[in-house]
Amino acid sequence: MRITCPLCGERDRREFYYKGAALERPAAEADLDAWHAHVHLRENPAGELEELWYHEMGCNSWLRVTRDTATHEITDVVLAADAGLGGAR
Amino acid sequence: MRFSGWRVLKEGLTGNKGWAPHWRDPEPKREYDVVIIGGGGHGLATAYYLAAEHGITNVAVLEKGYLGGGNVGRNTTIVRANYYLPGNSEFYSHSLKLWESLEQELNYNAMMSQRGIINLFHNDGQRDAAVRRGNAIVNQGDDAELLDREAVRRLAPFLNFDNNRFPIMGGLMQRRAGTARHDAVAWGFARGADMRGVDLIQNCEVTGIDVENGKVTGVQTARGPIKAKKVALAAAGRSSQVAAMAGLTLPIESHVLQAFVSEGLKPLIDHVITFAEGHLYISQSDKGGLVFGSYLDFYASYAARGNLPMVEHTMETCVAMVPAVSKARLLRSWGGIMDMTPDGSPIIDHSPIEGLYLNCGWCYGGFKATPGSGNVYAHLIATDRPHGAAEKLKLDRFCSGVGLMDEEGTGAQHNLH
Repeated sequence: MRITCPLCGERDRREFYYKGAALERPAAEADLDAWHAHVHLRENPAGELEELWYHEMGCNSWLRVTRDTATHEITDVVLAADAGLGGAR
Repeated sequence: MRFSGWRVLKEGLTGNKGWAPHWRDPEPKREYDVVIIGGGGHGLATAYYLAAEHGITNVAVLEKGYLGGGNVGRNTTIVRANYYLPGNSEFYSHSLKLWESLEQELNYNAMMSQRGIINLFHNDGQRDAAVRRGNAIVNQGDDAELLDREAVRRLAPFLNFDNNRFPIMGGLMQRRAGTARHDAVAWGFARGADMRGVDLIQNCEVTGIDVENGKVTGVQTARGPIKAKKVALAAAGRSSQVAAMAGLTLPIESHVLQAFVSEGLKPLIDHVITFAEGHLYISQSDKGGLVFGSYLDFYASYAARGNLPMVEHTMETCVAMVPAVSKARLLRSWGGIMDMTPDGSPIIDHSPIEGLYLNCGWCYGGFKATPGSGNVYAHLIATDRPHGAAEKLKLDRFCSGVGLMDEEGTGAQHNLH
């Protein structure tokens, strides 16, 4: 599996750290159920999934990678900051 | 049909014409007391114990493919009860005891081999952790034995004792641990359940779970609707998809774990041995192949195949531990779909829906749990109370934070196990 980083180009999977599903982060004051869902519960689809990967051994960017979990095919990679994901701003 | 030495002799002398299929291939009935979704090791064991221990025989096991075609046929066959934390400790202890009498109970040769497991350690910190875990295992009533370097050398002289980075200081051994023939475990439970009247229905994918007023009423399948008073999930890596049919979201992320087999070799490795660096585990099958594996690939996957970086890592670790293996050729490798929970430990519990039961989150440890899981799950389904050995395998531990079973101490979140 190779990931095309928007800044560094196509790189080996070993350069990246996997965080998991790219989720909207609840507000700090959100209730327990919202945080429980965010930290633990997962849709876990067998198919297309938006994920967070970190280019640990490259440009240190967080990426939002759209990948098919059944085939490992990657269809889209953008900077997490451009996707407006929490923690990357 | 019972198996015995006498029967083998008789069939051998009469052209082997007396063997019959091990189970029926029934049409699904319209209604059952219990429907189990998933005809793998855990589902089949659950059906067996429902019939054998609780007298509940109006049961169907629905399998979308063929019996035992999932993770029970895709693992590294290791059986052990060497856990540290309460919850896991008593559960796996219960399971190992069932393993020890399983072949007699099922009248089926599961090739249970209590050859012992040795968890190697390389430094003082790992040794201290091994002593602590060994004491916990002994307190649970199981066996654990601390081996020094020379004691390990007597058992496994082929190990690389003087690896520069990971010299072997000793190991924690559990002699009652070992391996079993994985397919035969599924087949033995299937035959035992079928003999007691359970319907094992293959090629029958569940496409929907019917819920009315918060209570389960049946399932929709590729072979028509089936009503059921109780529905029990045992779908391993596919648990999230099956639970979603009932509107549930589980604390599970499915990952790929690879396993490897070398060409057949003469007897070399007498035990199950694990390396503390790189999490490598290896044993030798009765056919002579070295069976080994290491970490997850560490990304969500349903592909049942992995990527090359983890292949390379596993080979490197294997050769670091047993240099002689570098001469052997790899015969095959495969991937299994692991239903990973945040704390790396399983769930056997009621679901929020009445009559719907959960058995999932086995992570990379489902095979050794097979008889224990089926036994305590059958107890939960039959009595609506958790079995004493499974009281801590709760679904709500993630929300409450109470009773998390994070054996590695790395934290209870998804990308860490």
